[in-house]
Amino acid sequence: MSRPEPGEHAATVLEFRRVSKTYGQAPTVVRALAEVDLSVRAGEMVAVMGPSGSGKSTLLTIAGSLEEPTGGEVLVCGLPLADMPRWRRARLRRRVIGYVFQDFNLLPGLTAAENVALPLELDGVAVPKARTAALSALEALGVAGRAAWFPDQLSGGERQRVAIARAVVGDRRLLLADEPSGALDSVNAGEVMRLLHEACQRGVAAVVVTHDAQLAAWADRIVLLRDGRMTGQTTRPPGPESLLLPRETR
Amino acid sequence: MSVPHALLALLSQGPKYGLQLREEFESGTGEVWPLNVGQVYKTLGRLERDGLAESDDTSQDGPQKRFRITAEGRQALADWLRTPPDLTSPPRDELVMKILVAARVPGTDAHEVIQVHRLYLLELMQQWTRLKEGEARDDLSLALVVDAELFRLDAVIRWLDAADVRLARAAAEPPRPASTPGPAPRLRRLGARR
Repeated sequence: MSRPEPGEHAATVLEFRRVSKTYGQAPTVVRALAEVDLSVRAGEMVAVMGPSGSGKSTLLTIAGSLEEPTGGEVLVCGLPLADMPRWRRARLRRRVIGYVFQDFNLLPGLTAAENVALPLELDGVAVPKARTAALSALEALGVAGRAAWFPDQLSGGERQRVAIARAVVGDRRLLLADEPSGALDSVNAGEVMRLLHEACQRGVAAVVVTHDAQLAAWADRIVLLRDGRMTGQTTRPPGPESLLLPRETR
Repeated sequence: MSVPHALLALLSQGPKYGLQLREEFESGTGEVWPLNVGQVYKTLGRLERDGLAESDDTSQDGPQKRFRITAEGRQALADWLRTPPDLTSPPRDELVMKILVAARVPGTDAHEVIQVHRLYLLELMQQWTRLKEGEARDDLSLALVVDAELFRLDAVIRWLDAADVRLARAAAEPPRPASTPGPAPRLRRLGARR
């Protein structure tokens, strides 16, 4: 997979069409999402920002088909989730969607390579093949040397690299991340975002939920949510050249 | 940015020519602060006058002249590095003014005004982050400058978020009874800097 240039047509990996989600029943209905339209193309990283309770996490769990919307339609790789039987949705979650969690969620009894290979093995991929894919994912994230290490032997930054490797291993098309830098310091948190952005440059689509503007700024597009509604989004900003001195004066 | 002290810092590494100082100043500040040659020579002239720098040959002017730092210059540089900048009085911030005004102008939705600025600042942060992702990766000076700019913009966005909440809360609350008599507190030297 390669990343399309701006303006070039890229396949839409995730699409929300007027998606709503409410919890509870009248008169105590809580509206978590209200008619959200969003589409994320292959190779694009979208950050979702908003205050607590704005619907960020609900958007992510619906995108991951872990929850169903109460209104509207969600399509992953062009396929409406609502039309899929439960087993197909589960297969989609295993094969197409990768998750990165705030607290990494690595299994402590497995090595880094085993953690990364696990989703493939659960999907029926033979162990040697899953291991080869896991090692190549760890290699891409610069932690191949830690393949045989257990999570408690790794630093926070290394653990999150392994978690990202697990999320992109195989042929995942959609990466969903909820505050993916967890409690890392700002330099390491930036490094996590750099790795996620690089994964997108290899063709994956990503939705990253964060409350941190510095992390959101790594995304190609930032979407703002408030009270379940999309209140705005950034347009593609100009390149960074305008921030530097003109070439001829350097 | 104190140009005299930045030039003293460069001279503390060894004697240098004016043009060389200009190039090193720009590369040392991540090439985001322009400095013209005239400004360099004017500043060097002042440093020489104040005994903080000296030149090889006082009979020649222009690019042939090489400058070096004096003992007084080294002391002035060391003192400057440890002197905190004046952060005691709030700067006259145009954005703060705009939001204060937006909250008072009838028919203006301050939240919408805040959102316009928030989106603009986020786009600016995206630009700086692209720089961090590219050119600043192997350039420590540029990486430090980019980080400083990102933290500054981040702080402004956080202030906008807080202003958004405060304004919403104030609109939802009933007006408070008239406060106790006496003048309202005023900030010292508001707008004195910049």
